[in-house]
Amino acid sequence: MDPVPAVVVDRLVKRYGERTAVDELSFTVAPGELLALLGPNGAGKTTTVETLEGYRTPDGGRVRVLGLDPRRDGAALRRRIGLMLQRGGLYPLLRPLELLRLYATYYPDPERPEALLERVGLDDPVVRRTAYRRLSGGEQQRLSLAVALVGRPELVFLDEPTAGLDPAARLRTGALIRELRSAGVTVLLTTHDLAEAERVADRVAIIDGGRLVALGTPAELLRGGDRLRFRAAPGLPVEALAAELRRAVGTGAGEPAELAVSEPAPGEYTVAARVTAELIAALAAVLRDRDVLLAELSTGQGSLEALFLRLTGERSAAEPPAERPAAEG
Amino acid sequence: MRALRAQLFAELLLASRRGESVLVTLVIPAALLLFFSAVPLVPVAGEVPVAFLLPGTIGLAVIATAFVSLGIATAYERHYGVLKRLGGSPLPRPTFIAAKALAVLVIELVQLAVLVAAALALGWRPGGDPLVVAAALLLGTGAFAGLGLLLAGTLRAELTLAVTNGLFLGFLLLGDIVVPLSRLPEPLATVSRWLPATTLADALREGLTPGAPLPWADLAPLAAWAVVALGAAAFTFRVEE
Repeated sequence: MDPVPAVVVDRLVKRYGERTAVDELSFTVAPGELLALLGPNGAGKTTTVETLEGYRTPDGGRVRVLGLDPRRDGAALRRRIGLMLQRGGLYPLLRPLELLRLYATYYPDPERPEALLERVGLDDPVVRRTAYRRLSGGEQQRLSLAVALVGRPELVFLDEPTAGLDPAARLRTGALIRELRSAGVTVLLTTHDLAEAERVADRVAIIDGGRLVALGTPAELLRGGDRLRFRAAPGLPVEALAAELRRAVGTGAGEPAELAVSEPAPGEYTVAARVTAELIAALAAVLRDRDVLLAELSTGQGSLEALFLRLTGERSAAEPPAERPAAEG
Repeated sequence: MRALRAQLFAELLLASRRGESVLVTLVIPAALLLFFSAVPLVPVAGEVPVAFLLPGTIGLAVIATAFVSLGIATAYERHYGVLKRLGGSPLPRPTFIAAKALAVLVIELVQLAVLVAAALALGWRPGGDPLVVAAALLLGTGAFAGLGLLLAGTLRAELTLAVTNGLFLGFLLLGDIVVPLSRLPEPLATVSRWLPATTLADALREGLTPGAPLPWADLAPLAAWAVVALGAAAFTFRVEE
């Protein structure tokens, strides 16, 4: 990783009265990286981003953006960053080009508003004549994105850039954000959509209850972990089990040799291996052959799994969540 | 400089697109001047109605622009996160405030031109001390902008809308604008004398009267209103609703 990160969040704490919104959160974003902060509503995503943007003062810990303190060096920082608030923030009565031209005057070396309007796909004669408040949700989001980019920022903060969009608009905005990254702009975005984070981000930081739950590339996070835990009768021969499991899943290249089985506590076993459906099936088969009853099978990162379920559950918004996400952690 | 010019232009463009703002700043003061000149519901002893009504409606125009229009517009800019978003841009806060102040002054000049033209057509004869008029306009603008921003920066937008409109009506009736203070019953008249609307209208009336002495008794309380209201607004204003 680059020695000077674009964003440093170091044991950040932010409280609102009794409630701790962000709790000892730490992560960094490398220059040119696209990091997604993923978490359910109320996880502390917006609070974190708004602290980085200079809107909030940390109650504990430290943040740095492009090496600067957002509160102390705000004026210098605001020339070099672009941002998109979670909702609105633009003059409702101004038209797209009027807004872009206005914001362009704030920056030393702005993009051409006309070109930018074209780039975000709002170069349409009807859209051009429409005031911001009369644009569709997707058009408003794209215009907000254009305004975030008009100052040629080195770093952009996008808070829920695709919230409330239909799938087509979502894909289109996602592609625009990928383009930014290709152009070398560092991007920190928030989302509560697992699929979106997976699609656009280089790395995903999953937060819940103001804490970091997991951090890694989408592939690392979605691989399902490297531990399989189960309960069964105590005293099983772990070496023999490992050998059988290796044979059972051994068609792949190289991997099975790393497979090990241990019994950290009587009757509680851990299989150290890349967790796949095949491995789970093999374990079930091996134990059945020995006439051993398998109980409580779980795949390592329990909190992450539960969170993924909640995140993916939220996308089918038909049923209300069983618990309030913000109350946890 | 480029940002100030662009911001001022945007403020004026926005004001021209807010229909209710055009109504309250340009139409209502001029309509009241014409109506009460033509229909002398409130007889004014010893003068043509327009000589009494012009300073009052100029005062009302200042209230409409600096208090009602500025207050409501700022309240909704706060409500829609416009102020928050601008705070994340490099636009310096003093530039933003200067653009708003200049926009108010430009609109007031337009109002002044409309009202003076109407008054001349109604037979008003110009006279008085332009410096006193300018001082009254500036202090009145400061006082009412302060009050408008005090509401806009602390109350919800809908509440600011309701309260500024309500107070506008109160100032119109009790502020020596179309109804002479002498016509008000006593406890009300005493209270009204200290309203910023009354001190503004009276200072303008003195300023437009040839040979009148400097109206310290009106300018001083108006200046106090300006200092207190602007100070309170600056101290209590919250960018996020």
